Amino acid sequence: MFGLNKQDTTLLIIVAILALFAPFILNPFPEGSALAQFNAGYPDLMQRFVIFGIFAIGFNILFGLTGYLSFGHAAFLGVGSYAAIWMMKLLTMNVIPAIIISVIVAGLISFLVGWISLRRSGIYFSILTLAFAMMMYQLAYSDLFGQLFGGVLTGGETGLQPKVSDPRILDAALAEGATPKAHLFGLEMGASHKMNVGAWSFTFNAGYYIAAFAMLAAFYMSIRIFRSPFGMMLRSVKSNQHRLNYTGLNPKPYTLAAFVISGMYAGLAGGLLVAMDTQVGAERMFWTASGEVVIMTILGGAGTLIGPVLGSGLLKYMENILSKINKSVLESWFSFMPDGMSDFFIAITNLFVGKQWHITTGVIFMLVIIFVPGGLVELGKRIGARLSRKKEPNNTDGSAKPEPAE
Amino acid sequence: MGILEVKGVNKRFGGLQALGDVNLSVKENSVHAIIGPNGAGKSTLLNCLVGKLIPDTGSVMFNGQSVLGRKPYEINQMGISRVFQTPEIFGDLTVRENMMIPIFAKRDGAFRMHAIKDMMREREIVDAADHMLEEMNMADKYGMHAASMSRGDKRRLEIGMCLAQEPRLLLLDEPTAGMARADTNNTIDLLKQISDQRDITIAIIEHDMHVVFSLANRITVLAQGTPLVEDDPENIKGNPKVREAYLGETA
Ligand SMILES: Nc1ncnc2c1ncn2[C@@H]1O[C@H](COP(=O)(O)OP(=O)(O)O)[C@@H](O)[C@H]1O
Ligand SMILES: [Mg+2]
Repeated sequence: MFGLNKQDTTLLIIVAILALFAPFILNPFPEGSALAQFNAGYPDLMQRFVIFGIFAIGFNILFGLTGYLSFGHAAFLGVGSYAAIWMMKLLTMNVIPAIIISVIVAGLISFLVGWISLRRSGIYFSILTLAFAMMMYQLAYSDLFGQLFGGVLTGGETGLQPKVSDPRILDAALAEGATPKAHLFGLEMGASHKMNVGAWSFTFNAGYYIAAFAMLAAFYMSIRIFRSPFGMMLRSVKSNQHRLNYTGLNPKPYTLAAFVISGMYAGLAGGLLVAMDTQVGAERMFWTASGEVVIMTILGGAGTLIGPVLGSGLLKYMENILSKINKSVLESWFSFMPDGMSDFFIAITNLFVGKQWHITTGVIFMLVIIFVPGGLVELGKRIGARLSRKKEPNNTDGSAKPEPAE
Repeated sequence: MGILEVKGVNKRFGGLQALGDVNLSVKENSVHAIIGPNGAGKSTLLNCLVGKLIPDTGSVMFNGQSVLGRKPYEINQMGISRVFQTPEIFGDLTVRENMMIPIFAKRDGAFRMHAIKDMMREREIVDAADHMLEEMNMADKYGMHAASMSRGDKRRLEIGMCLAQEPRLLLLDEPTAGMARADTNNTIDLLKQISDQRDITIAIIEHDMHVVFSLANRITVLAQGTPLVEDDPENIKGNPKVREAYLGETA
């Protein structure tokens, strides 16, 4: 279906179903119960799941296929965000032009950065991309270009948001005191429908479904790229660039194309972030944000189709859920224990939650790198293999190597 | 005029004269062997032909066109394919994918952005790759990861990948180095079959005299970066200068 083979079609359909029913799947615990803490089915977080999923899917096209490790991709996400907010200031609060422009501008900037950075490979390439990203962060944070031309480009420390006084030539003027709201042909991104079933409560949010649709489209495109001759060339760049050169193929335009495509994915993610929450600051371009997408991709499984989606989901879940668990939550969890004991457990657990959620992420990341370098996808495969071996003891699976992309 | 004409090529590495005034003419459709002791400059010469190194002086003409200053992929597109001393293949790809890449390169050139169509639906490419694998006696291995094959099979695959491009000139750098006798003989048979059945010129660097005298119909002896003699195999065997410089050593 859709020009995909059977296996890929199944994968796409599974992802589509998960995205469609995410408000249910991510809210398994009844409202008000102790475990409601672990519910992730609220719009803001679900939007982040799919948007950062897009970011990681794109990053994987560069890193997973060609092996070129960029440490500057958050810069393209930021560029996309700024481009989108300018569309909302100048043109219309409709998200469509904003999203289109974010992809185009991020594509142009990543072409420039890629053109220069790809003169080197390996660690030097990574350092070049990092240097570019840090420069771009600084330019955004200090709004150097804006100052240079006596205006505003990024808004510096305060960032940008749509104001009533913005020109917005396609929209009717807003009343004084109103807030400009992002919409898709009138359907506001913030529009939600709440459904209560017994003790459970589920929220269906327009913005989430628009972002989820974009994620599915991005995922579909990535499958097509993985299975195309172009995708095979990218894998051959990673495998043996030397042989590629002596086979009459020029690796440079292939890697540059992969770089620009992944930059455009990052721009799409940046544009969607603005569509969901109409404000931008430079912090989303900071180098730690570039490192995050690397971690997401490796955590899920670099070079696999579904890995980046899983990795970004896991990381965003930990960031948002673990960080909300504070001391008082822990006290209520361990209150059944005798005093001394509960204090001890609270102190230990507290190391891994709340503001310290990064420690948990770090530990999980280390465990994955050491024990399952192929990430969650490999973990899943191993568990699957173990289970099927239990069923039929004589199944010597593994003679046929798995396709690199699944 | 040969298909490959090397004239007055010099190459220095610091103080070392790796190639000194090398002249070489390779006739079309011949099997031309370049022999010489270790460090004679054979690999350096080959690197000058494929764009990996640029000679300090001299000219290298292929099919009437200069190759100097061109990138390796451009020289390959002109019709020169190279087999390396240690097999260079795409280890992470399947055997069939390995074979498809040179065929894509031949059809589409150095770069083409074909990012939408499923590569398995490129019927003509897949068929050509499978055909070549059959010819190489590797049809049963098409789904294997190339890295997991034996060294002999990797060499066979690499030769097949070069042939799939239908090059006019095939360069081989010690293709049997480190191979067991049986694998060496297989490689000799394969190369013989290739030169008999195809419209192709082969230039081969080789250490193993058994391989050289089984295949070559022209031999150049290189010593200390300079060609000592160039002649037919029968004359090379009896040449006293060659015996002294090279054959005497190994005999
Ligand atoms: N890239 C290089 N840098 C410096 N010296 C080199 C380089 N390549 C080869 N040489 C030297 O040039 C000489 C010829 O080497 P080579 O062409 O590899 O010999 P052969 O292949 O005939 O054994 C050797 O002395 C070698 O050490
Ligand atoms: Mg050598």
